Amino acid sequence: MATQVFKIPDSFKKDAKYSFCPGCDHGVAVRLVGEVLDELGVRENTILAASIGCSVTIYDFLNIDAIEAPHGRAMAEATGVKRARPDKFVFTYQGDGDFASIGLAESLNAALRGENISAICINNTTYGMTGGQLGPTTLVGQVTTTSPTGRNVEYYGYPIKIAEHIALCDGTAFSARVSLDTVANIKKAKQAIKKAFEVQIKGLGLGFVEILSTCPTNWKMTPEQAHERVRNEMMKTFVPGIYKDVTSAV
Amino acid sequence: MSHIVIDKNKCKACYLCIKECPKKLIKISTETNNLGNRVVEFDDPKNECLGCAMCATRCPDLAITEVYRG
Repeated sequence: MATQVFKIPDSFKKDAKYSFCPGCDHGVAVRLVGEVLDELGVRENTILAASIGCSVTIYDFLNIDAIEAPHGRAMAEATGVKRARPDKFVFTYQGDGDFASIGLAESLNAALRGENISAICINNTTYGMTGGQLGPTTLVGQVTTTSPTGRNVEYYGYPIKIAEHIALCDGTAFSARVSLDTVANIKKAKQAIKKAFEVQIKGLGLGFVEILSTCPTNWKMTPEQAHERVRNEMMKTFVPGIYKDVTSAV
Repeated sequence: MSHIVIDKNKCKACYLCIKECPKKLIKISTETNNLGNRVVEFDDPKNECLGCAMCATRCPDLAITEVYRG
């Protein structure tokens, strides 16, 4: 008798079909969120603060309550929701342009205040939805539609390392950077998301995960080449690891 | 018998699963789905599938909907 070892998470809407481009790792990240919500049994009690960007479509796929935030303000809205309803499980799902560019003040201040929420940031080094412009995490030398000769440090400055910044804030309980380039790393990413959600349930502070993702369309690569780029280029600047975990010290 | 179930209408033809399968049991088929993509198919005549679910873990579009082991 064969046992079922994989199924679509119960948190997904019936017949949910992703609207992401072929090979985009957003699909994997959304699935991991759904699996973790199932495992923690908090789906019925969850409120999502959605962002602007490709990440916004998460509420089309997950069967949870969601509130839409103006560009970059998901952490501020999540703060309000959590303070009004402390019994609810509140998380945000944002891209790097939303979290670390226009929403950097909201994101860092939520971490500094130690808001008891969880945040997931998908880092694909570009603005995916609007056509691949230079973003806050664009790597030095990377060609985008608004930096056709590559990111020049003298003109554009350096990319932001989000997980390290959030880890420096005293209110943060858990901050990690994970990648989705291999199956082994996908499993590690799931553990990190679970940990970021658990610190909120325990009431320890902000749980944050930065996920290195791909954008094959705007990088003008095949999905496989995009994963190689994550491994060979992105992971050298954005080193995966756990940058803060208050539960390990206890 | 270990096997996978593919929802052909969700496949976007990124073919990441083909490289992931340790037994190379997933192939590009001649079929086209309603998105206009040449979809993948599961071909396991010798019952080699391990049920490792690596293809389903990798698939970014939930096109591999179920994996059975045993």
